[in-house]
Amino acid sequence: MNNSIRNKGSSQYSNPSDAEEQSQLMFDDLDLQDFARGAAFLGTGGGGDPYIGRLMATAAIKQFGHPKIVSPDEISDDATVAFIAMLGAPTVLVEKAASGADIDLAVHRLSQRIGKPIDALMPAEIGGVNSTLPIVAAARLGIPLLNADGMGRAFPEIQMVVMNFEGVSATPFVIVDEHLNSITVETADAKTAEDFVRLIAMHMGLSCIVSGYPMSGAEVKRATIHNTMTEALSIGRAIREGRNSANPAQSLVQSLNDSPTYGFGKILFDGKIVDLRRETTGGFAVGHCFMEGIDDSNEKFELIFQNENLVGTKNGQRIAMVPDLITVVESETVEPIPTELLRYGQRVKVIGTVAPKLLRSKKALEYVHPRCFGFDFEYVPIETIENNPK
Amino acid sequence: MHEAALPKLLRVGVDVGGTNTDAVLMDGNQLLNSCKVSTSQNIQDGIVSAISDVIKNARVSAADLAIVSIGTTHFTNAFVQRKDLDEVGIIRIALPAAQALPPLTDWPIEVTYSIGENIACVAGGFHYDGRVNAELDEKTIAEVARSFRSKGITAIALSALFAPVNDQMEVRAKEIIQNEHPDANLTLSSKIGRIGLLERENAGIMNASLSTLAKKTVKGFRDALDKLGISAPFFVSQNDGTLMSAQVVEKYPVLTFASGPTNSLHGATYLSGLKEAIVVDVGGTTTDIGVLSKGFPRESSIQATIGGVKTNFRMPDINSIGLGGGSVVRPQADFDVTIGPESVGYNLSSEALIFGGNTLTTTDVAVAAGYADIGNKKHVENLSKKIINATLNKMREKVEDGVDRMKTSGNAIPLIIVGGGAFLVENELKGSSEIKTVPNSGVANAIGASMAPVGGEVDKVYSFETLGREKAIESAIEAAKERAVVAGADLDTTEVIDIEELPLAYMPGGAVRLRVKVAGDLKVGSSREKHE
Repeated sequence: MNNSIRNKGSSQYSNPSDAEEQSQLMFDDLDLQDFARGAAFLGTGGGGDPYIGRLMATAAIKQFGHPKIVSPDEISDDATVAFIAMLGAPTVLVEKAASGADIDLAVHRLSQRIGKPIDALMPAEIGGVNSTLPIVAAARLGIPLLNADGMGRAFPEIQMVVMNFEGVSATPFVIVDEHLNSITVETADAKTAEDFVRLIAMHMGLSCIVSGYPMSGAEVKRATIHNTMTEALSIGRAIREGRNSANPAQSLVQSLNDSPTYGFGKILFDGKIVDLRRETTGGFAVGHCFMEGIDDSNEKFELIFQNENLVGTKNGQRIAMVPDLITVVESETVEPIPTELLRYGQRVKVIGTVAPKLLRSKKALEYVHPRCFGFDFEYVPIETIENNPK
Repeated sequence: MHEAALPKLLRVGVDVGGTNTDAVLMDGNQLLNSCKVSTSQNIQDGIVSAISDVIKNARVSAADLAIVSIGTTHFTNAFVQRKDLDEVGIIRIALPAAQALPPLTDWPIEVTYSIGENIACVAGGFHYDGRVNAELDEKTIAEVARSFRSKGITAIALSALFAPVNDQMEVRAKEIIQNEHPDANLTLSSKIGRIGLLERENAGIMNASLSTLAKKTVKGFRDALDKLGISAPFFVSQNDGTLMSAQVVEKYPVLTFASGPTNSLHGATYLSGLKEAIVVDVGGTTTDIGVLSKGFPRESSIQATIGGVKTNFRMPDINSIGLGGGSVVRPQADFDVTIGPESVGYNLSSEALIFGGNTLTTTDVAVAAGYADIGNKKHVENLSKKIINATLNKMREKVEDGVDRMKTSGNAIPLIIVGGGAFLVENELKGSSEIKTVPNSGVANAIGASMAPVGGEVDKVYSFETLGREKAIESAIEAAKERAVVAGADLDTTEVIDIEELPLAYMPGGAVRLRVKVAGDLKVGSSREKHE
């Protein structure tokens, strides 16, 4: 296992499964850049501008100090944990950022409603801006941050988290704007919470702070995806360090293969973007990105994305689909490219990664099957598909 | 072509670089004359001598000129070198939003030694859809204006939340500040940037820091033209390759930041007549490779960082490789060589072997190989054939690889080679259908400036649900054309150059961010007074 973390005050590398050492995890500037890069990779094209998230985390750490990071194993069964996230549109976030007090209030309101202090915060998703925002929250509030998340990637909606698949209630669920207006939603199920909250978010201006899924330490242990903070860090680091090697993409794939959470990744395609179409159909903004091989223009790849990359088709055959992870990276630097920045002419590689086990359970697929995104075909796990159709 | 039927349209294009000031005289599409002089300390003298040379030799009188357009990297250089910058008063109108990212976040510390850290965050701003997010705190704006005034700060950058969607609060704040502080030079973020508060604000602060220099420089331009008796309107070329009036550049010098490479690409398209091509600009230190699509430079998808500060300008997509006429060649074992990235730069004329110096450069090798005839050939007579060939091969590989990275398909595409070092790479290159070398490529920038169209751009969030997609796009095009006409374009010639649709992610259909860019020919026949 290759999940080394920099341990301050020592030149040794520690093992992240070692709870004692893990609480020492600190994010210096380089770590934050690696982490944001890794989170952008796991964000599979969505999740918003990681640059803004990284700047906010840097500013918060400077002002409030490093948050303590705790492993799911070391949290007591009766502890109270909740997620903290930004909800809205990334395009709005680049204008509004967060105010800070909105983050504090979201956690405070949730704690008030459940009548208990929050002992640890958790990212809802380990993709884009929502992977770094919890660092800001934990630093500000002095509450430990859990090395786990609800998706092991990025998804667009509140019900698409492992906690929901495993029977943890999404509500009470708090949404706060920068004016410190807050609304607490209680609903019969997570999808209804999503519907309500999305409407409120629109009125609040599409850059809101949310906190929900209050759960016990025991629930954290069975109903979250563990160690994804450190997974993102080591993926981001593998990409950076790989740039000094002859084959940077291979360094990334190796780190995915070594990962206990993902365990398998492969290069699905290597080519250039030759066409890009965006359309809004049935309330979904759907994008199609067409690629061709660099040396052989008969090699074709089509990527379909909504907020995240969802389906990859090579030479007419589907070779990767949600909930497995599909990420487009810049060919040379292996920098992950968000869907908003895909451009005609870019040289890219498409990387496929196995989704964490908890995203592939029968219950999970009720929420994240390709059908949930409007596709009419069965889910085929990425590792079972031969990658050389012609 | 029936020459007589065409009205004579004499244009002068000037490129004011760090080292040289170039001028060209064009009649329509035809280059009549060009010249190169040293850039003067006060800018003005160099321009005067370049323009007077170029028109005198062509026997054209100053009164016959229809347009003068100027391209300059002066402001970029000043910001990058932190030279002649004003202290800036920074006002952000966004509270209670965006507090987690205060102004000047992520700026290099040394810039603040020049511009200071005078920051005021004030309540106000809009939502993404133009609704008011917070009322403008007019009282505090007035207080801040008085405080800046008492500190002697005149350069002020104003940025309001979602100002590109609705600029009313920036405009109102400007009125208040001008009332309290009549000497203030105000930069409004809505005039410069796109959505993305931090980057737009950064560009605004950079712009404000150049206030005094901009006035001085534009005055230099005007004085130069006055001295020459030129009454034609003059324009300055901006980032996207279109022209803006002197009045605009005086207030928004930052809009010239990326004009250098853009002018060079425009010049190349005029010199070659090609609208789809790859342009290889071989300079002294680097070779800059860009792509022409429909006659316009392809833009980069990455936000430009200038002098260590992130902006949301879009720059031409340029692949810059460390190969130029001054690049240092180092022989290695087995007749291998390394080239650059170090360059002797403007010391070529003293350091290169052919000029009696001691450094082996790419120019020396080109002379030894018979590609060029400059300096003293005798100094490179003893250069080994193997070293020459290895260097030529490596140069070709570098350019081929650089070109290949910019291509969008495996198809061969025409290549235009410009710049002072063009002779280095004139021979056949892989992956190109034809190689065009063009005469006068040394003044491509000035030609690009002289031929640039006038543009207008809109970047706004539209609701497709209420307007419908077509209506929304139509209305954006209309607004962009209006802006182009205000900037001096002839409405009849305006056409759409680029439309970009970005649906706001994570929202059920409806809100779409539209970016529309149009450009048209300059409306001729007007005088300078009318434009200013």
